[in-house]
Amino acid sequence: MFESLQKKLSGVFKNLSGKGKLTEKNIKDAVREVKLALLEADVHYKVVKEFVEKVKEEALGEKVLESLTPDQEFIRIVRDSLIEIMGGNKNNKINISKNPAFIMLTGLQGSGKTTTAAKLANKYKKKGRNPLLVAADTYRPAAIDQLIQLGQDIGVPVFSGDKKDAVKITEDSKKYAQRNLHDIVIIDTAGRLHIDEIMMKELEEIKNILEPEEILMVVDAMVGQDAVNSAKEFNDKLDLTGFIITKLDGDSRGGVIISIQYITNKPVKLVGVGEKIDDLEEFYPERYVGRILGM
Amino acid sequence: FSGRTLDEDTLEELEEILIMSDMGVDVVEKILEELKDKYHNKITDQEDPLLILRDIMVSHLSTSPLILDTSNAPLVVLLVGVNGSGKTTTAAKLAKIYMNYGKDVVLAAADTFRAAAIEQLKEWGNRLNATVIAHQKGSDPAAVVFDAISHAKAKSKDVIIIDTAGRLHTKSNLMDELKKIKRVVQREIEGAPQEILLVLDGTTGQNGIIQAKAFKEAIDITGVAITKLDGTAKGGIAFAINHELNIPIKLVGLGEKEDDLQIFDPVKYCNALLGIEE
Ligand SMILES: Nc1nc2c(ncn2[C@@H]2O[C@H](COP(=O)(O)OP(=O)(O)OP(=O)(O)O)[C@@H](O)[C@H]2O)c(=O)[nH]1
Ligand SMILES: Nc1nc2c(ncn2[C@@H]2O[C@H](COP(=O)(O)OP(=O)(O)OP(=O)(O)O)[C@@H](O)[C@H]2O)c(=O)[nH]1
Ligand SMILES: [K+]
Ligand SMILES: [Mg+2]
Ligand SMILES: [Mg+2]
Repeated sequence: MFESLQKKLSGVFKNLSGKGKLTEKNIKDAVREVKLALLEADVHYKVVKEFVEKVKEEALGEKVLESLTPDQEFIRIVRDSLIEIMGGNKNNKINISKNPAFIMLTGLQGSGKTTTAAKLANKYKKKGRNPLLVAADTYRPAAIDQLIQLGQDIGVPVFSGDKKDAVKITEDSKKYAQRNLHDIVIIDTAGRLHIDEIMMKELEEIKNILEPEEILMVVDAMVGQDAVNSAKEFNDKLDLTGFIITKLDGDSRGGVIISIQYITNKPVKLVGVGEKIDDLEEFYPERYVGRILGM
Repeated sequence: FSGRTLDEDTLEELEEILIMSDMGVDVVEKILEELKDKYHNKITDQEDPLLILRDIMVSHLSTSPLILDTSNAPLVVLLVGVNGSGKTTTAAKLAKIYMNYGKDVVLAAADTFRAAAIEQLKEWGNRLNATVIAHQKGSDPAAVVFDAISHAKAKSKDVIIIDTAGRLHTKSNLMDELKKIKRVVQREIEGAPQEILLVLDGTTGQNGIIQAKAFKEAIDITGVAITKLDGTAKGGIAFAINHELNIPIKLVGLGEKEDDLQIFDPVKYCNALLGIEE
């Protein structure tokens, strides 16, 4: 469906002024191709605008204009700038230094919180830890059943308290975890819209009770331009520690990965790559640049 | 916008609105070309560029009503889509719509894969007082569908709504499973499934087009149900799907409750997308 950016760029740079020298027009055309590729990948409009301005400025510097392989040089600038938005090519680990360590999962409806909670618990169980899952979604039909079934599959207990009040369940889970010597506690919350004030308040209350080391927003890789609105609002209300991007096993470009990190300055820590329990991976920015640019 | 002319600034603002609605650059360019043409050649009585744009968008939306006629009962509605888009909830809300028209509805729990998907639909069945046909987790979804059809025939039900497991359009084995479900329905009831609805998350970006294309190619889609438009997402991808693939939008999801599903209204949708107050 998409022609690769690489191809388009070499096309742009082929029409040089004859002497093998780049002109400003070449750079402008190349920048336009990058802009289109990023928009096609669902990077937010305003993020794209600011980003390409920066790339243009840098590309107009000597290095590209004088280079014998300007397309390579140009792509390098784009790549490096994208990786910089993602905080450099390092993996940001989940913090679990406290005992018990509380990890709270939040996000919009259907993004993959419950599945990811179980995946995370499974990961720690395999490492010899003693995790507890907490079912604090009292709204969606059978949400608690879902987590209980997943917990059974992986042999991790699920605390669901009175099954009625998410804040109360959270409070009680804290005592339960301490009594039963759980060293990692993962809280699954109900999906909610960032504009739902009552529901956002509930998350703030849960946060205040647990003082979690990690407050992660679980985000669907297929989301488009609206991602920045929800991520910004969740971050403003909860001061997130990072993101988990799910459903990257599909063919979406995942431009959301750029947008939300650019807007919130919080890292992506893990990615979901399937529906199965082991389909959770660490996030390395470099891997996603090619995907986002369609190369 | 009213009183404004279609200068570079206005065009850029409109482009921004449209791209931020997830309509996609290609479609946005085409629509804006048409706007310029209409505006400059005065092929419209409107003065306000925003309203001209709205009218152009509305004129592009090919609509097709949700099938309500059950005289050749049972009417079969198959819901498909990627993971978490809102299929199960939409199945329940849709049951409510048909029940409001006095139809007898049976729900088929053909998501036998995801944890507690069956319980989720059963819970909805309880709330709505509608029958849910279900098997064990892990069983063959096509067998569930077969049973739901037998039940509907035996009890003279009007409508069968089939909830399927979420699947990414890139997974061919899962797409084959859908084809099998469709074949069973076709074999058991002539002319069915009358509706095959793609349930699309309203926050979806450009991948939505690829999804729609893949589901269309695999099992043919009769319409789109776009969910979660009660948030701040505009759902412009549904316009792009309609425009590029000629698949009508039929339903709009506006919340998590049983009554939060509306029949698609092109003018309302375009107004909301463009931020025009009604
Ligand atoms: N393909 C794929 N599917 C995923 C992934 N993560 C989750 N899912 C699926 O996405 C759907 C939604 O997942 P849930 O875990 O129920 O999402 P949730 O955020 O808890 O949903 P709510 O509680 O309703 O807000 C399910 O069908 C999951 O199997 C992933 O990485 N890849
Ligand atoms: N705000 C809002 N939430 C919705 C809407 N439709 C569905 N949801 C929520 O989205 C989440 C996922 O909905 P489901 O109906 O379980 O989605 P699904 O497509 O069946 O998911 P899988 O079976 O896991 O693929 C749930 O939390 C629903 O309550 C809607 O129109 N608006
Ligand atoms: K989703
Ligand atoms: Mg959940
Ligand atoms: Mg479902």
